[in-house]
Amino acid sequence: MSDLTPAEWTAILLSLRIATAATIASLPFGILVAYALARWHFPGKMLLNGAVHLPLVMPPVVTGFLLLSLLGRRGLLGDYLADIGIVLSFRWTGAAVACAVMGFPLMVRAMRLSFESIDRHLEKAARTLGANPVWVFFLVTLPLAIPGIAVGAILCFGKALGEFGATITFVSNIPGETQTIASAIYTYTQIPGGDASAMRLTAVSIAISLVALLASEIVQQWAEKRFASSG
Amino acid sequence: MIELDVSLKAGTFKLDVAFQNGDGITALFGHSGSGKSLTLSLIAGLMRPDRGTIRLDEHVLADVEHRIFVAPHRRRIGVVFQDSYLFPHMTVGQNLRFGRWFAPREERTISFDAVVDTLGIGALLPRHPAKLSGGERQRVAIGRALLCCPRLLLFDEPFAALDMERKLEILPLIEQLRDEFAVPIVYVSHAIEEVARLANWIVVLEAGRVKTSGSPAEVLGLIGGETADTRFGRVSVLTMKAGGVNREYDLTRLIHPSGTIWLAGQKWPAGKQVRVVIKATDVVLSVLPPRELSVRSSLSGQIGSVVSEGQLALVEIDLDGGGRLSASITRHAFDELRLAPGARVIALIKTCAIDERYTAVTPSGPYIHDC
Repeated sequence: MSDLTPAEWTAILLSLRIATAATIASLPFGILVAYALARWHFPGKMLLNGAVHLPLVMPPVVTGFLLLSLLGRRGLLGDYLADIGIVLSFRWTGAAVACAVMGFPLMVRAMRLSFESIDRHLEKAARTLGANPVWVFFLVTLPLAIPGIAVGAILCFGKALGEFGATITFVSNIPGETQTIASAIYTYTQIPGGDASAMRLTAVSIAISLVALLASEIVQQWAEKRFASSG
Repeated sequence: MIELDVSLKAGTFKLDVAFQNGDGITALFGHSGSGKSLTLSLIAGLMRPDRGTIRLDEHVLADVEHRIFVAPHRRRIGVVFQDSYLFPHMTVGQNLRFGRWFAPREERTISFDAVVDTLGIGALLPRHPAKLSGGERQRVAIGRALLCCPRLLLFDEPFAALDMERKLEILPLIEQLRDEFAVPIVYVSHAIEEVARLANWIVVLEAGRVKTSGSPAEVLGLIGGETADTRFGRVSVLTMKAGGVNREYDLTRLIHPSGTIWLAGQKWPAGKQVRVVIKATDVVLSVLPPRELSVRSSLSGQIGSVVSEGQLALVEIDLDGGGRLSASITRHAFDELRLAPGARVIALIKTCAIDERYTAVTPSGPYIHDC
């Protein structure tokens, strides 16, 4: 790996930064939405579910374009955000937003399944032991959902690392600012003699993905062992 | 004291119950689907009634008309469910302390060590629930509910998932809890022996309504017995006095004004009031005192009433000195012996047929009317 060029290193570190930021920032929202979808009945639940999953089925370019129209400098919210000092277009933060949106469905799916698999009787038991609903959530529900939450976060992180279409449409492909591993590989394949760089970044990308998958596997095994029987 | 008068419609099932409990253990008895567990959920606040009121001592827990509904976590009512529902991500110790932490400091009257000692779960404290046996889990669940220092403890068929041996291990613990920690208990069960042993007051539910209520002796003698399907469920509950043991043969003598019953094993010290459960199908009726028979336990009395149906005759005997004993015999035998209400009979009971493990020292309480 020592023969990675500084430009390649930049892309790798930027990718990791963007993916980490996207995952951490969407985590609370992911938990909230997953819990709401798993537990609450409210009007518009189907709509929320659809909206969350839309990026999964839409062409990423469309998602990127929508983000650009909405949050771009001339977008509907972009103006307002710029006034309070938040500029997303053509910045790494914008890339993080694009990645978060693309990774969100995967994150919510895993978390929702996790919340749904918790035995509601445990929560009822906690209520009769004197815990109000907020305590029940933080002492019982959330800890029991942690395996699913971790898996959701890892999936989101993995998706964010590989995101290309939405990111390049929304924030372009600026080395050092918005050029992730994926867009760097794309760039290298477009220029003569870039194949070696593309190959090296591909290897790095595979390595990171494998580590993420391994982490998710370890979390699941740990959870299975720990919560083997909840009777 | 819990006092409720509520209705609830759940799907096609209609529950409409009114009763109050006494001191000690009150049993909600009935077949599955009679509404026992639903009633418990209403008391615990896990469900809302459609109509009526629930009171616990001076606190109103629910009053539909006045739009009062106290949330379950504010009721201070402990529940032990059929499954233990221990928190799998916590150790046994953390499970036990869970509810305690939410109890107001000044109301933490039940000591942690006393509960752990009584339930014999000290060695389990650092372990996780997944590593416990069914019986151990249920003990921890009982401890966890008790350590909230509840105003009332609800048991929802806590032994349904346990085998006989585990059950017989934990039953005496519940009696100990009742006596040591003085928490009133409402106990849901469809096991007649369990109820006969533990309860001082029984509320019988049937199809969502209270069919009858009273002391075990009054109530259990009224359940079933008339048909082939129900004859094995018919029991009598007698309160007798322990009258010493026979060491040579390892027996305990129980005395009643109408006679004597021998119990296997040296179970109870002389002088104790003991409650015995006798199945109607284990009673033999004789007109003359028995001779040359292996049966050593006999009680005498007068036939009070008879229900004849099909091949069976269910005979109610008013024992000399009080108490009632049910005997299930064939109609054929009944007619051949020329029995009729008012006739004197001697009821013979095989010692081996009486399960001494379900005998219990009578809990002192206001509801003991028999003998």
